[in-house]
Amino acid sequence: MSASNLIQDLINGILLGGLYALIAVGYTMVYGILRLINFAHGDILMMGVYFAFYFISAFTMPWWLGFIVGIVGAGALGFMVERVAYRPLRNAPRISSLITAIGMSFFLESLAVVVFGGIPKSFNLYPKFFSRILIIGHTRIQVLTFFILGVTLLLMLALVWLLYKTKIGIAMRAISVDIPTTSLMGANVDNIISLTFIIGSMLAATSGIMWAMRYPQVQPYMGFVPGLKAFIAAVIGGIGSVPGALVGGFLLGMVEILIVGLFPNLAGYRDAFAYVILIVLLMFRPSGIFKVYSEQKV
Amino acid sequence: MRKVLIVLSIAVLLMTVAIAAGTIKIGVAFPMTGNIAAFGEMTLQGVKIAQTLYPDVLGKKIELVVADNRSDKTEAANVVSRLIDYNHVAAIIGEIASSHSLAGGAIAEQKHIPMLSPASTNPLVTQGKHYIFRACFIDPFQGHVAAVFAYKNLKARTAVVFTDVVQDYSVGLSNFFIKDFVAKGGKVFREFYQSGDQDFSAQLTDALAKSPDVLYVPGYYPEIALMARQARQLGYTGPILAGDGAEAPQLIKIGGSAVNGVYYTSHFNASHPFTSVGKQFVAKYESIYKASPSALAALGFDSYLLLRDAIKRANSVDPAKIAEALRNTKNFEGATGYITIDKYGNTIKSAVVNEVKNGKFTYVTTINP
Repeated sequence: MSASNLIQDLINGILLGGLYALIAVGYTMVYGILRLINFAHGDILMMGVYFAFYFISAFTMPWWLGFIVGIVGAGALGFMVERVAYRPLRNAPRISSLITAIGMSFFLESLAVVVFGGIPKSFNLYPKFFSRILIIGHTRIQVLTFFILGVTLLLMLALVWLLYKTKIGIAMRAISVDIPTTSLMGANVDNIISLTFIIGSMLAATSGIMWAMRYPQVQPYMGFVPGLKAFIAAVIGGIGSVPGALVGGFLLGMVEILIVGLFPNLAGYRDAFAYVILIVLLMFRPSGIFKVYSEQKV
Repeated sequence: MRKVLIVLSIAVLLMTVAIAAGTIKIGVAFPMTGNIAAFGEMTLQGVKIAQTLYPDVLGKKIELVVADNRSDKTEAANVVSRLIDYNHVAAIIGEIASSHSLAGGAIAEQKHIPMLSPASTNPLVTQGKHYIFRACFIDPFQGHVAAVFAYKNLKARTAVVFTDVVQDYSVGLSNFFIKDFVAKGGKVFREFYQSGDQDFSAQLTDALAKSPDVLYVPGYYPEIALMARQARQLGYTGPILAGDGAEAPQLIKIGGSAVNGVYYTSHFNASHPFTSVGKQFVAKYESIYKASPSALAALGFDSYLLLRDAIKRANSVDPAKIAEALRNTKNFEGATGYITIDKYGNTIKSAVVNEVKNGKFTYVTTINP
């Protein structure tokens, strides 16, 4: 492989990794606070993209307003999902909420098939500016790459600020340790958990819209594979850790692209490598790269 | 109360039987949702048009039972079982993707129900089977057509072939193309991907380093559209050649201007119908849908007519007799040409090459067997 190819691969890897990282950040936030693997995360992502798609094409909204409305819509959906499906099970064994999350994922996918139709729709609703190509030497970079990187870093910083510098953040972190005690301290646990879901779902929709800008099609199952990959990225990074999700996402994207770049014959099986990496990493470092302090309940 | 209920349910049962006796049930196993849902939609349009024109056979109405395989291999087998065991269909039109027809065909073969695929071109679909047929040409021919077109018309000498490793269609067609293209003196490099992949930047970076004259992508439209976009973003301006899996409105909707310059081998072009039935079909389709019919719609139309013709000649709805009649189809005039089904259940027909030009599927040339 020539040097210019390697550089091109690295750029492509950063772009894919940035998308994984953005989805993984939402995943890890909900997990970090509730210890719930929200398998419906990928499907809320899909719903957010559909909302944006329909608001832009049906109500002729400007693209940026449509994106915002889509993100807010996904937040509202996340709120409802938590209210209907997860809240009644908060004190049930963890496996019950996990299975409910899987059920919710299937429900949202099937709902989208019924409501929006099963045929992929084209998502060409953003300005041409984003698909412009910058040519530096032999390397070609899409403007969207910088946009995705910028949004990912910005959202991560905002999230860290929220978690560590605000009262709500303190309450969120307290809930992750002990719900009854937090509630005794005067925090409204239900509201904080609702807020966690709203923010997590809005992050999912943001990443979904970025995803659709890069791969411009919308279909009911579009959230499944990115969701699964982002989950792996979050686990690699240390689930529950926000910087870990970011590192895990970039690592996974980069490795996937480089495997294809270095061993083109294995390209058809690149998904398998994501899982192999996960298994190997979990064998040597079960809690991921960034270890999250987890309390042993006695 | 209970007695009334029992009597009522028996009455309902008898009525259903009575109604069912008046119709001949034909199952339709298509992908109506999921990755390749547009294929199911287009083919079903053709089937429905044929049904409006010829709604009955042997004095009975033909009833279509549509089942959705969700673009999924496992589900493709499930829907065939369901159509046979639960709906008791006399024959099945389906499936579309070759890998789906392989999965569903195994069930139909085992249960001795004739199954006619409109568009599965992989040779394995009918191989060694007595109840599986198709209304389209097969991939050794399609690969040959693509190789001839790439070498002679596009003057390509170096090709990079992209194979979708989970689709039997793509694996088969890639190999047939490579065999013919290399035999002509062309040079081939290979890349691989998988249905559902959305990022092809790594494969394309590697492929473009070989400075190919043509990219051959015998896959399905969702991946071809995304791949074309990414290829153009990486600076590739040359032609992209594909198989019949490329044709769907979504190719253009998703691919945008990047798919201009995509050539593909196909069964039919509405502007150049081969037969007078083809002309009638185009006229009827345009009057109903206000658009030009796709190759898949024409194949769906032909599948229905072939099956109806077989039932008529068999003069029975006995599955074995229908299968026997299908096997003896000779020079049947369909929308996609004169169809003769050989003893292996395959069809020999001419192929057309189309090009995406200014967002339209435009006829380029016809290549005969």
